[in-house]
Amino acid sequence: MNMIVSGKVWKMGDHIYSDYMAPGFARKLPWEEEKKHILHIHPVFAEKCQAGDVIVAGRNFGCGPSRENAATNLKKLGIGCVVAESFARIFFRNAIAIALPVMECEGATRLFQEGDQLELDFENSRVRNLTRGGESRGPLLPPELIDIVKAGGIMESL
Amino acid sequence: MGMTMAEKVLARASGKRVVRPGDYVTARIDLLMANDLGFPKIYDAITQRGITKVWDQKKVVVVMDHSVPAPSIKGAENHQKIRDGVGALKIKNFYEVGMGIEHQVLIEHGHILPGRLVVGGDSHTTAHGALGAAATGIGATEVAYAMVKGSLWFRVPATIKFILKGVMPKGVSSKDIVLKIAGQYTIEVGQYKSIEFLGPAAAALSLEERINVSNMGVELGTKFAFFEADHKTLDYLKGRTDQPLEPFGPDPDARYESTYEMDVTSLEPQVACPHSLNNVKPVSEVGDVPVQQAYLGSCTDAQAEDLERAAAILKGRRVHPGTRMLVIPASREIYLRLVKSGAVQTFLEAGAMLGVTGCGPCGGQNPGVLAPGETVISGANRNFEGRMGSPKSFIYLGSPETVAASAIEGRIADPRKYVR
Repeated sequence: MNMIVSGKVWKMGDHIYSDYMAPGFARKLPWEEEKKHILHIHPVFAEKCQAGDVIVAGRNFGCGPSRENAATNLKKLGIGCVVAESFARIFFRNAIAIALPVMECEGATRLFQEGDQLELDFENSRVRNLTRGGESRGPLLPPELIDIVKAGGIMESL
Repeated sequence: MGMTMAEKVLARASGKRVVRPGDYVTARIDLLMANDLGFPKIYDAITQRGITKVWDQKKVVVVMDHSVPAPSIKGAENHQKIRDGVGALKIKNFYEVGMGIEHQVLIEHGHILPGRLVVGGDSHTTAHGALGAAATGIGATEVAYAMVKGSLWFRVPATIKFILKGVMPKGVSSKDIVLKIAGQYTIEVGQYKSIEFLGPAAAALSLEERINVSNMGVELGTKFAFFEADHKTLDYLKGRTDQPLEPFGPDPDARYESTYEMDVTSLEPQVACPHSLNNVKPVSEVGDVPVQQAYLGSCTDAQAEDLERAAAILKGRRVHPGTRMLVIPASREIYLRLVKSGAVQTFLEAGAMLGVTGCGPCGGQNPGVLAPGETVISGANRNFEGRMGSPKSFIYLGSPETVAASAIEGRIADPRKYVR
């Protein structure tokens, strides 16, 4: 799996619940319907996001239920990575487990505006704004976690 | 330098003498839990790789609680698949539809012991910290991995402690403590951390009251939410397990990232207003909020003591005609206690409905959900948009006492006037 990810930025606020990414009320709908409700708290994300786009979010991204669909739904939409000021721990674990690159980055919401082009170097925990310039670094992850993502998920490392 | 409860458990489970916050370790799991929502995916993830055995049949527990009893043919097929899968993997601990909510069932059946490392495919697994276990939620793929390997990576969390002091006033209960903490210190106070609830007022809480606090730990962002395992914990567990039992707590010289003190003596009933647990107010400041539904039933607020206290408020009174009240005890054992005590009769005479034990409408997936524009006062744990039905409905969270008082008045009400 490619450890350099780039894509167009969608911005999200603080405390984005895992439920907003996999709403209980849409859980039983077919995927083509369900996906219209993903991150329904954003005015146009569900309607306009494209495979290859990325998310930049505020603090505590993915708090709430342990539902892994929150991470897998983003991956199914083709979201390339999530860079957030901070993550709720279950979402962070789920993302690593299913090989969705995630990076904790203080100041990320100031570094990017919606529509900017972002480049993430997951292995080195470095993110760049290709539209406006500027870059930032986050805490490095241990090799074991990077290997899980490289392998394509924790089940692949069994 | 000593260790906190989280550090002690993760050091033991990873075969190290000492661990410190920020360390990454691979730790052996003592108990792994899955429910009907996650198990089909977990089973597929395992068997698609040709694996037919779990790492330890006795350390895996599966509970049917989220979507029960089967709400549709598809749901029934799902249950069938789970029963077949549990049989094929020879999992020893399987709790059928009607036994209760996973966290309650695990505690009642002696699976949770002080100082053990417990992971479960449900965020409210933090509940087991009430018994001194290091317990936390993970997603389905990690449950599948742990079911095969028996181990997982962990980042050793920093620990914060809340020293609870004073004496709880009448009509106020442990739910109010945790709501107050969320409101005052925010839902990030425990993010990626372990919390220890210590001090005389923590020791004075009953085991059930402690479970309510630890259960809500995840709403404060925590990985673990511990109480010390003391004589109350051990008394509860006697007769429920044949394992040796010992008290468990932090080392006296353990190091904490921060310490908070809270005097509960002047605590008022607290209400979390829509749509966040950051939005907590004392009940006296909530204003006039009519409620179409009052709900008691989830892993947070439907233990025997919770429902007994609610029943005491409803005794001899009626649920308001503009409000429907739904009560769902958290387990069969609790249901039986409430039948014997007369609380079930009290609820029915007051005009409340009683549901089948399980997770109920708390997660928006069973009967009892809300229409657009409706408001519920709920004893459960989450109040964001769409959690319990329509994204255009409103969820207020309070203690079992506040829910009962509000059911009587048809609007959010202070329970203290009903408690003698």
